[in-house]
Amino acid sequence: MHVTSPQFKQNADRAMADVGLQTALARTQAGFPARRAAAVAALPEFEALREAGKQIKDHSLAHLDFYLDTFAANVERAGGRIHWCATAEAARDAALAICQEAGARTATKGKSMISEEIGLNDFLAANGVTPVETDLGEYILQLRHEPPSHIIAPAFHLNRADWEASFRAAHRDLPADRVFSERRDILAEARARLRAQFLAADVGITGANFLVAETGSSVLVTNEGNGDLTQTLPRVHIVLASIEKVVPTLEDATTLLRLLARSATGQDASVYTTFSTGARRPADPDGPAAYHVVLLDNGRSAMVGTEFQDMLRCIRCAACMNHCPVYGTVGGHSYGWVYPGPMGSVLTPSLIGVDQAGQLPNASTFCGKCESVCPVKIPLPNLMRHWREREFERHLTPATLRRNLALWAWFARRPAAYRLATRAGAAVLGILGRRRGRLAYLPLAGGWTEGRDLPAPEGDTFFARHARAERQRVGG
Amino acid sequence: MSRDAILGGIRRGLRRGPLPEDQAMALRARLAAHPRHLLPARTRLPRPALIEQFAGYLQREFATLARVTAAGDVPGAVADYLAAENLAPVLVMAPHPALRALAWSQQPRLTIREGRAEATDVIGLQHGYAGVAETGTLMLPGGPERPTTLNLLCETEIVVLRASRIVGAYEEAWDLLRAEGGGGMLPRNVMFVTGPSRSADIESVLELGAHGPRRLHVVLIEDDPAARD
Repeated sequence: MHVTSPQFKQNADRAMADVGLQTALARTQAGFPARRAAAVAALPEFEALREAGKQIKDHSLAHLDFYLDTFAANVERAGGRIHWCATAEAARDAALAICQEAGARTATKGKSMISEEIGLNDFLAANGVTPVETDLGEYILQLRHEPPSHIIAPAFHLNRADWEASFRAAHRDLPADRVFSERRDILAEARARLRAQFLAADVGITGANFLVAETGSSVLVTNEGNGDLTQTLPRVHIVLASIEKVVPTLEDATTLLRLLARSATGQDASVYTTFSTGARRPADPDGPAAYHVVLLDNGRSAMVGTEFQDMLRCIRCAACMNHCPVYGTVGGHSYGWVYPGPMGSVLTPSLIGVDQAGQLPNASTFCGKCESVCPVKIPLPNLMRHWREREFERHLTPATLRRNLALWAWFARRPAAYRLATRAGAAVLGILGRRRGRLAYLPLAGGWTEGRDLPAPEGDTFFARHARAERQRVGG
Repeated sequence: MSRDAILGGIRRGLRRGPLPEDQAMALRARLAAHPRHLLPARTRLPRPALIEQFAGYLQREFATLARVTAAGDVPGAVADYLAAENLAPVLVMAPHPALRALAWSQQPRLTIREGRAEATDVIGLQHGYAGVAETGTLMLPGGPERPTTLNLLCETEIVVLRASRIVGAYEEAWDLLRAEGGGGMLPRNVMFVTGPSRSADIESVLELGAHGPRRLHVVLIEDDPAARD
């Protein structure tokens, strides 16, 4: 996938001027938090479950080598095959080799962020295997050649007119004068269209929400049923999963599932939660004859043991972006790669480098909402701060910012000079803003005052007031 | 080899080599014991309340429910449902002994084929393995007697479930499967189904009937003496 993270600011400018996107954001940034809040309120144990979920993931990560090996052994015991892939390239090659071995011409796909991460669709298409996205949102994005803008609602940024236009352009064999009077009509057309694809595909490719070491199972959560048709009907099922998805037991997965749907869509449970274990058994009437797990590292093992290990707890629920004021303003495409929002701002620099993605951890107000809703308690603002520090250490920060920070640091280390300067500053600003009580423009801070006014100081600094109050307290 | 590179990278991060045998043994013991975590209070209700909760959540998630007092009433309930919904009475049924044992011949209106679902099948009749009251969910492990395609391909899925098979928590459903399943290996496919298929991908508005069934109907056999008042 083409990376535009270095152009975050330009992307954000464009996003804020995009009327369709802003309509979509207004809709979702209200809906998701309300639904999550209702689901959480209906489960008094939710806070305790967050702690349990955090501990399960911490335990899994502290023994990740053991659990991956156990998972792999149990997949093979159940007649499946494991493909260990250190890089995106290795994972693409593994998936293609399986398709070619099966003589596949088309592969249906469930929604998978790993597939986006490794750029699988373009690679398969270039090598003679046609990928067909079957999640409704991913399907329209494939028609429009767009990347997803959200990790669980990939096409939330589109409005009904976009859907109609794309369907009319893509489904040219259908009557041109057909009417889409309701959303249901769009859904029905996609259902009919994709049903034929489900039945014709040679290979089905899905992601995994969890991997279970105890049983060698992959767990897939969907509402549409597309993931299940993808992993049930073709002869071959390929699971794309990254190494941090493994948990020890069915009980561990179950606890995390209690957190996942509530945090993501505000459902108590998604419609389909499916545990797949190996290939079709001799007496089974249906299911794939072959089951493969493509296990991807792609930079994650290097996060183990660092301050970014906490990020590997992420269960991809999207609560952080659903509650983020920055994401809510600029949408997902602005982040410029696969993972948007606060989780993306932490994960993306780990996976593609802070030199590429250094702007993302800076795109935060540090309001802390993301951490407060994270089902596995990832300290997202703290991790973004770590990236800011690394970016600064590596001299990737813009020169003006570094100069101004150095200037501030000079004063901050000299209390007398600091007080003198702030006293002078407060006095000058107080005089300038005396008439209106606020300042509409500030030299050197034009960007800040462009969107709001600065309340004018009332002529005194905090230090001075505090000292006066102290003197009165001691004196009185 | 990639496996060694990945595991080696993880171990470098964890600042250790392969797990010492005593620690590996402790982890194997944890896997064998598969301890439960916190179970929500809503899973710990007395049986009558648990069954009512199952029925309530099931319907909240847009499934429909018919309750019969005995297994013998199931064929009639299925025929009545199809008539009420104006659906052609042609079904594909799971080849499960409990379904086969029912007196279908008393409902001459119904045409029934046994087996997995095919693309042309419109109505599927599935055997419910267990119900999870916590979320109004059906547990449907696949296998020769319970084809997975019956959960997916038909526009209408009807599931026959005994009230005595309703448990409070998912963990209890797993324990049933562990006790009754085939020797330590899960069936190839274990589905938990909560309502008919749906999507909110178009403008974040929920629409039923995405790629799976548009209708999910449960016929519940009230066979649980502990659940009667």
